[in-house]
Amino acid sequence: MSGGWTGRVLRVDLSRGEIRVEPLRTDWARDFIGGRGLGARYFFEEVDPRVDPFAPENKLIFATGPLTGTNASCGARYMVVTKAPLNGTITTSNSGGHWGPALKFAGYDMLIVEGRAPEPVYLLICDDQVTIRPARHLWGKGVWETEEKIRDEVGLPEVRIASIGQAGENLVRFAAIMNDLHRAAGRNGVGAVMGAKNLKAVAVWGTGGVPIARPRDWMEAQWQFRRRLRESPVTSEGLPQFGTAVLVHVINESGALPTKNWQLARMKPDETGSDAEKISGETLKAEYTIRNKACFACTIACGRVTHVSEGGKVRHAVTTSPRNWNLAGEGPEYENIWALGCDTNVDDMDAVIKASFLCNDYGMDPISFGATLAAAMEMYEKGYIDDQITGMPLPFGSADALVAMTEATALRRGFGKELAEGAKRLCEKFGHPELFMGSKGMEFPAYDARAIQGMGLGYATSNRGGCHLKGYSVKAEILGVPYKMDPHATKGKAELQKKLQDSTGAIDASGICLFVGFGSELDDLLPLLNAATGVDYTLDDLLKAGERIFNLERLWLLRAGFTGADDTLPERLLKEPIPYGPSKGEVNRLHEMLPEYYRLRGWTEQGEPSAEKLAELGLDKLRAG
Amino acid sequence: MKVTVKLFATLRKYLPPDATGGKAEVELPDGATVRQLVERLGIPQSAARLVMVDGEHCPELDTPLQDGQTVSIFPPVAGG
Repeated sequence: MSGGWTGRVLRVDLSRGEIRVEPLRTDWARDFIGGRGLGARYFFEEVDPRVDPFAPENKLIFATGPLTGTNASCGARYMVVTKAPLNGTITTSNSGGHWGPALKFAGYDMLIVEGRAPEPVYLLICDDQVTIRPARHLWGKGVWETEEKIRDEVGLPEVRIASIGQAGENLVRFAAIMNDLHRAAGRNGVGAVMGAKNLKAVAVWGTGGVPIARPRDWMEAQWQFRRRLRESPVTSEGLPQFGTAVLVHVINESGALPTKNWQLARMKPDETGSDAEKISGETLKAEYTIRNKACFACTIACGRVTHVSEGGKVRHAVTTSPRNWNLAGEGPEYENIWALGCDTNVDDMDAVIKASFLCNDYGMDPISFGATLAAAMEMYEKGYIDDQITGMPLPFGSADALVAMTEATALRRGFGKELAEGAKRLCEKFGHPELFMGSKGMEFPAYDARAIQGMGLGYATSNRGGCHLKGYSVKAEILGVPYKMDPHATKGKAELQKKLQDSTGAIDASGICLFVGFGSELDDLLPLLNAATGVDYTLDDLLKAGERIFNLERLWLLRAGFTGADDTLPERLLKEPIPYGPSKGEVNRLHEMLPEYYRLRGWTEQGEPSAEKLAELGLDKLRAG
Repeated sequence: MKVTVKLFATLRKYLPPDATGGKAEVELPDGATVRQLVERLGIPQSAARLVMVDGEHCPELDTPLQDGQTVSIFPPVAGG
């Protein structure tokens, strides 16, 4: 192995103030590749699954892949691996931008953070010089101001910063880690782990590059890969022009857009009093988008730079913006628009963008936040909670409540204290656990599992709880990529999910962005990985690596106390049919898919990996127990 | 017969001039198919990637339409 990986791991013990550089376990690197896989392998080895997520014994791993920081298109990703404060799962939370490549340029595949600093600190990594610096003056500041201040004080304009805002400091259970101002390792509350460690930021400046084992093969492979993405209309036109927000109409027209805490599955003026057009990708492009934006080495550029103008019709001016960004920020992505706009029934783009910017600046996952607010709104409308508890009217559709609660939640003020605990704890506290729309304790994202059956199986079996990113079957079931399947059918969905979960594991490990899957296949990654690392992987090796990663995470969950009984969906999705629209009458038929899924996975009827499966994947020494 | 057509993303430019809010009513001969509608609007067939008739996905362009139906047409798009 002579390229791709730098071969070095940076380990920082914040309790003792110790900094060490270790050689990378190359045997693990070969089998788990990098990113999500390698991070999970180290985490499995080093952290007791029953640890309190906020305890110093929990670790926070930032892991890149062998393609991170290369000129392979979309090789910008890093993964944050830790035990989730939101729901106690192992989480692998992914982000783009420029921070991951910077860590590679500084000479590290991974950063492992242990312990807890006695005082707020930030970490400054300049190649081999690594220092722990005081951050008391940054505590209480948002992400945007934090980045600006650190950049000024270290005097390195090109320094790349990953940090937490107030939400992470305040241990909001769905706080995010933000990098490059607007990019997020968003889900499961990874930012709160950073806050619990008193770690405000990790600033990285690297002057090296990424070694490539076979340069001649590499040049050919990376051109070929770019050509692939350019030839696909999705990655060359759809995503660059409209970003992810284009999905608002696609999913709404399919009757699969969860609205009002999943009571309804589409926005339609005569049913919900709201209009999806107002918060669509088309409206975002026509009225708010300044330009699109790419992460490091990306040739897709799905990011949006948007603005809300001050004055005029605007009711929610952005006041927290740093000087260089004036009134512009990035996003909102489809997921932000859905959670902040559709689930809450707020069809007000100004408010949605404002709340989305606030989530970025405070460092908070808009999916879990919006979904938690929607659950609170349903409790409010049903009379389970009132103004005495919430401090303000909280009906569905209230733009004022949306913006006010975004701030209150990040700062844990008033009713925000309850929202900061996430929807599961919130609904349990006020006596209505049935209104929590998520699985394994994490709120669902933007696709109704009754209207898209395979996505329901994905939610139920995702190792980090309600998540679409570990098996995005919407791709086949709605978007027809690479082929079209009937979203209302359950046939073939177990196989689809398993295949997607395994291939996603491999992509997540490579350091490349999952979105390449809209314009290429897993075998398009092979020449890149082989040329970079000098390992001769086959397609089967990659799929096996993905399967190995998925099963490793599963073993960790079982050790942490989760069981097959947790592979489920809320009653509402299993028993309450969608009332209107093209998916009218549908419930999720998980029972038709889950047993077949377990069989295909080589798991027992209780959802535990069989001894044979573990032996096949080389995980037999890591049995649950 | 008349159908309502809704066009999205890059396809909005193919809407008839009287369209508002991304949709328009189109007059077609009885029994006309989705393909005829796509041709009438001047949308290149490769660009009509996702077609829904009253919200049901309709991968087959030769499906005949009925009076009063709503046809939603999307170009190749994705997100996450």
